[in-house]
Amino acid sequence: MTMQTLPRRLGAAAVTAVIVWFLSVRLDTFRDYQIAEIAVYVPAVAGLTVLTGLSGQISVGNGAFMAIGAYATALLLLHLNWPFIAALVASAAATAVAGGIVGVAAARLRGPYLAGATLMLGVALPALAFAYRGIFGADQGLSITFTAPAFLGASFPLTRWQAWVSAVVALVTLVLLANLCSSRIGRNWRAVRDDEVAAALDGVNVAVTRILAFVVSAVCAGLAGSLLAIVTSLVAPGAFTITLSIALLTAAAIGGLGSLPGALWGSVLIVLVPTYVTDVATSHGLSSSVGSNIPIAAYGAVLILVMLVFPQGIQGGLVGLLRLFTGPDQETRTAHDAPAPHATPPADEAPASHHEKEGTT
Amino acid sequence: MKRTHRRRWQAAAVITAAAFTVAACSSGGSSSSSPGSGSSSAALTASAPGITATTITIGSHQPLTGPAAPGYSEIAPAANAYFSYVNAHGGVYGRKVVYKYLDDGYDPTKTASVVHQLVLQDNVYAIFNGLGTPTHLAAVSFLNAQKVPDVFVASGCECWNDTSKYPQTFGWQLDYVREGKILGSYIKQHFAGKKVAYFYQNDEFGLDGVKGLDYEIPHSMVVSRQSYVPTNTNIAPQVTAMHASGAQVVAAFSIPAFMALLKLNSLKLGYSPTLVSSSVGSDPITLGGLVTAFAKQGGATVNGNQLINGIITDEYLPALSTSDSWYVLFKKIHDQYEPKAPLDGNFFYGMSVGYTFVQAMLKAGKNPTRADLVTAIQGGLPQGPAVAPYSYSSSDHAGATGAYMGVIQNGVVVQQGSVLVTDTSASGAITTFSGTEQQAPASGIPSP
Repeated sequence: MTMQTLPRRLGAAAVTAVIVWFLSVRLDTFRDYQIAEIAVYVPAVAGLTVLTGLSGQISVGNGAFMAIGAYATALLLLHLNWPFIAALVASAAATAVAGGIVGVAAARLRGPYLAGATLMLGVALPALAFAYRGIFGADQGLSITFTAPAFLGASFPLTRWQAWVSAVVALVTLVLLANLCSSRIGRNWRAVRDDEVAAALDGVNVAVTRILAFVVSAVCAGLAGSLLAIVTSLVAPGAFTITLSIALLTAAAIGGLGSLPGALWGSVLIVLVPTYVTDVATSHGLSSSVGSNIPIAAYGAVLILVMLVFPQGIQGGLVGLLRLFTGPDQETRTAHDAPAPHATPPADEAPASHHEKEGTT
Repeated sequence: MKRTHRRRWQAAAVITAAAFTVAACSSGGSSSSSPGSGSSSAALTASAPGITATTITIGSHQPLTGPAAPGYSEIAPAANAYFSYVNAHGGVYGRKVVYKYLDDGYDPTKTASVVHQLVLQDNVYAIFNGLGTPTHLAAVSFLNAQKVPDVFVASGCECWNDTSKYPQTFGWQLDYVREGKILGSYIKQHFAGKKVAYFYQNDEFGLDGVKGLDYEIPHSMVVSRQSYVPTNTNIAPQVTAMHASGAQVVAAFSIPAFMALLKLNSLKLGYSPTLVSSSVGSDPITLGGLVTAFAKQGGATVNGNQLINGIITDEYLPALSTSDSWYVLFKKIHDQYEPKAPLDGNFFYGMSVGYTFVQAMLKAGKNPTRADLVTAIQGGLPQGPAVAPYSYSSSDHAGATGAYMGVIQNGVVVQQGSVLVTDTSASGAITTFSGTEQQAPASGIPSP
């Protein structure tokens, strides 16, 4: 089984990459920007969905890890003129350290206490930008310039380059996470989530397993922060409020906790729904006090609707829909545990390609 | 059991399919409306992105929701009300101004996103009056790289006046350094020998203001420097420190909410220094309302308008008084197009900046390119509602250059002395403006 999954996942990633490439070339430059925006969120949501869905820990502060990744990238690009790829790796390393520290504390906390501690992180960390304004630039943040490489030509749209870079990072992250989840580490996470005592009796080091999940989730958020820095070209504390952390959690839950394809779905939803709803609200000539609040209300309504219709998240719902057509099946595990039903075309691949189409056309 | 399950899934499928159809339709509908269909006046052409024979489409990012929304969310509807008035009276060379302002919730990530949408998808001619320093910084490089005019940013940061880095960007309102200098020189002249404290927001707004104050006020006069961050409303420690320092004058660069907190906290301590406030925090209608509201939350009943009497401030727009021709004009437009909005400083600001944009468009010519608008503004703009001239030239993109001092009395800022103008340098003199204030045109529309 494990012999076959790696090529299959690489294949799925390659297919998705081709689809993203095709869309980015065919669609206009604003759609490229939206692809980039979606791809920014994917690693962060995927990391969180692994943390919450697989290892059973919750984090309401992953926006803070994104901030660490973003500031690390901005500082390295600004002061040391590092190439982006090196800054990306260094940012991941920086967030790994931060994630380890938080993970040590988190390993001792459960449920609401863990949520509270991570919430504090999410609220407090961006304030450091004000305390050390000389380094972090306070409210104004750090402006960086990111350009497309010269060999692509002067007229190559920057947004397309941003989409490509973000999509590649997002896909590589997804493949690595998928492999990690089906490895011994992933099994340990599930074992600890389901029953800590039983896992410990089986020789799993519970504390290390939990901390590792936090490190992985933090690194993913750090990568997302790094991408965010080059996509928005500004790293400022206003971007890393608690709203961001909650949006990440929302995306993970909507997509389907524990499901990596679900992370893609969730990211698509949190990027596209507000834009579409705003278009609807502004095109109907509503008074501005009503019109400006409708997107928020509609966003909430969509979230409620999705959770009512798909209690297992979008990915769980899709798997269910698939079963409608394939008839009663032998699957006994829930979508929560196994995002990819093995009887049908690999789910890693199918929804990924789907959502890119629907999200961007 | 199985049946009901299946039905539920079918229902779900129908709902999602319907939802996607709705989304697809709506997005398609909004983006397909732009191509020009006008053919009446032969002279008008689609000379630039966002300009058709019948319309000029401009965009903006505004905090319609979120922490900066109270007050500031009134600005874009006010500018839009002015454009509606212009559109109803012949438009700009016959074209109607279409103003699409999107909510960014004062979040820079969101700003980058909506500005990309406005420029790449909605093809706006220019970005107009984008609000906020951190937010607009997330858009300014992109706009300049795309050569999109980025006019009259709603922030007094000095950063917009950088013609080499941001050739497309123009400030509009009086910048905080000039404002600090004008307030500082007033304090130096009128409160010589007294102890002064600074109370300022710990960001570029407050720090630029303090820079201007320090250019004018001798350092020996300043006995206490207290800052706050907008997310922490407990400013009792700062007010206590200023009280303990014995400061008789407090110079404040703060937003209205923190001016109100400063007033109430000093009241509680029995501390009554003379307050000298930046125009940002001193709009009497906003401030008086906030003082009353905050006191009510604390269980006390006070008359906010009475408490703010005597606050010294500066203003770069005319006072909201019935004797002013601009007030009369803007009130008329307010009553007709946006009657439910409060007619306060924010509304006045939105109308004034809308007026300036129409001035610039008229100067840019009948069939302007994007570069024409930049050239037109660099050639200088007539004064309009601002009490002092604009600084615009090919090497200066700052905006208003001066203000008058005033005192709040019964809900309005009463002008004290004449209009003062200055520059942003440490040594630049503050001089009395020799010209006169402009009167609003009878038609309400600037002449080309």
